[in-house]
Amino acid sequence: MWGSKLGLSSIRPFRLFNSFPFFLFLSVISLHTFGQSDPGEIHGNLNVDAQYYNEDSTIGATVPPEQMGINAWGNVIYTRGKFSAGLRFESYEPSMLGYPAGQPYSGTGIGYRYVSYKVDELEVTLGNFFEQFGSGMIFRAYEERGLGVDNAMDGVRLRYNAGKGLYLKGAVGRQRFGFEDGFTKGPGIVRAIDAELSMNELFPSLADNGKNITLGGSFVSKFQEDKDPLLVLPENVGSFAGRARYTNAKWNIFAEYAHKINDPNVQNDFIYKDGQGMVLQANYSIKGFAFGLGAHTYDNMSFQSDRAAPTGFDLNVNFLPPLTLPHTYNLPATLYPYATQPNGEVGFQGDLVYKFKKKSKLGGKYGTTIAINYASVFSLDSTAIPNDENLDGYKTNFFSPGDQMYFQDFNIKLHKKFKNKSELVLTYINMVYDIDVIQGKPGDPVIFADFAIVDYSIPLKKRHNLRIELQHLWTKQDKGNWITGLAEYTISPGWFFSILNQFNYGGPVDTKQINYPLGSVGYTKGGNRIQVNYGRQRAGIFCVGGVCRQVPAANGLSVSITSTF
Amino acid sequence: MRIFFSLFAFVFTLSISAQTVPSAIVQTIEGKKVDSKTFDNDGKPFIINFWATWCAPCKRELNNISDVYEDWQEETGVKLIAVSLDDSRSAARVAPYVNGQDWDYEVYIDINADFKRMMNVNNPPQTFLVDGNGKIVYQHVGYAPGDEEELYEEIKKLLE
Repeated sequence: MWGSKLGLSSIRPFRLFNSFPFFLFLSVISLHTFGQSDPGEIHGNLNVDAQYYNEDSTIGATVPPEQMGINAWGNVIYTRGKFSAGLRFESYEPSMLGYPAGQPYSGTGIGYRYVSYKVDELEVTLGNFFEQFGSGMIFRAYEERGLGVDNAMDGVRLRYNAGKGLYLKGAVGRQRFGFEDGFTKGPGIVRAIDAELSMNELFPSLADNGKNITLGGSFVSKFQEDKDPLLVLPENVGSFAGRARYTNAKWNIFAEYAHKINDPNVQNDFIYKDGQGMVLQANYSIKGFAFGLGAHTYDNMSFQSDRAAPTGFDLNVNFLPPLTLPHTYNLPATLYPYATQPNGEVGFQGDLVYKFKKKSKLGGKYGTTIAINYASVFSLDSTAIPNDENLDGYKTNFFSPGDQMYFQDFNIKLHKKFKNKSELVLTYINMVYDIDVIQGKPGDPVIFADFAIVDYSIPLKKRHNLRIELQHLWTKQDKGNWITGLAEYTISPGWFFSILNQFNYGGPVDTKQINYPLGSVGYTKGGNRIQVNYGRQRAGIFCVGGVCRQVPAANGLSVSITSTF
Repeated sequence: MRIFFSLFAFVFTLSISAQTVPSAIVQTIEGKKVDSKTFDNDGKPFIINFWATWCAPCKRELNNISDVYEDWQEETGVKLIAVSLDDSRSAARVAPYVNGQDWDYEVYIDINADFKRMMNVNNPPQTFLVDGNGKIVYQHVGYAPGDEEELYEEIKKLLE
């Protein structure tokens, strides 16, 4: 009955979209709903960001010919029993300045579509999917829509729960590249398999002791034709990884090693050296106290399904997690965030969290939390190979840090909630930041920066709250000092008002003492939210999960709408 | 364009009655795989909250609820399921944070964002209230202090 209502027979998805899964999406839905009492469920969401640009030469803000930019997407997911299908429409007419991180997105069309079905313990997905093995060092297809990072696979995926704690996954496909009235794909084929064994499902006695050991192994390869007239390039590049996790009530210990066979590509300057990486993490936590240690090394681990990919954001087969703390306050988060150096780095970090108990002397009514974090990242200890006839590039000792420090961050945060329910968060950050290496600004000196941040939130009356943020950055390098002030007034559950000003002073050019005021109003109802901003937005780096994109300075009106249904 | 309209027509003709929690695999902090479809609270309502260790308003919300959580549980039997959207970069920080803050929530990590996609979450924090029959009856996006009071009123409505 649904089919006849829609006249599905007159639609020709093949010709319109040249896409098999989309056709399947409609036909399977019509089959499944036809004449059955359970129509299934539709879920979806919508996200629209739009900006109208003003010219502002003081901050270097430019206006595109269209005067505005809009990024919009909406997902529709249909589920019925063990069946699910979904698609996402996307529209960039044109995309906002500085978006996306990699290949341009333009036009309107379908950016993602899939069908999926479960038969007992087997799950089959056809079309687009996201997947990750272990920490992602050899395989992670994922999306960060806000950044415009999307390396979704398009192909087929199987997930199988073999029982007794054994989980198997397999995937084959090509990756999303850019967007031109629909997503475009890269030239390389990615093939990936993974097995994970949970020992306490295999040996229930372990579970009784509250312990668990998980072992995992994966193999990933890519195929890309060799059209190079000079070099003999490997058309199939394989990589493998092994991992282990041990947990009990207090400890959580994880280790993963990855190895990649020779993969000459643009990112590594076409060297034939194998790549390798290792991630180590250990955490201990009990109520009110936790500490964690982490270390990793990445050596020649850039892995893209096109060896000539135009940027480091495109067609990544893997993901190299940074181990530095992602800051949440505006100045440290958007001026000097760290991004992994896939060609080589060695990093270390440590965390400590302690909560003074409620009703203790230092804890007060609600408890007081202190958190300390330290991270440092270095170059690889490597030496170039003289007369490098095999194009191996360099030699390095495993897990050995070099002399050059890329990044260091020491930060301490104190969080206290008072009797009147007001809250105070004090943060101090000391940072060393090699902007030449991290942001690719050759010749710029290493930045030594200190940040102090006061964040105070106070309820004024029932459901009315005022939050004030003061941030200061001291540095003699880059653009000099910054001061940021924010006042945010909320009326629960609906309204949100804020005024933000950022002021840059003490830089090398005295005349450039620039203010960046920005006002915002937002309204939320249920799963819907609208926010309107007007003012100057500072050029900066917008990061999610350790991947960052440059956002240019802008002046004007912006609107952001999100909705979930 | 015709197919777009057909699709929209299709979406709206389907009865969008009460929604249930869809199926996706999430992990416990210990690494055990759990199907979100099996989330329940013995016939009592429960909350699903999406958060992340890098999300300041998320932590503010869960810390504020934590201060009243004992009272909520005593009075209504409600349970809060906190689903972390931390990826492999920060997933290792989840257990230390949760324990460091002394939270009593049921915590999962949605490392591949499968559950986030199935629940159509745009940005955290986002909160869903599920009634005793497994139907999603209320949701809220973002956090402002006081939002937890509205959530609690919604929970109490379910028990009337």
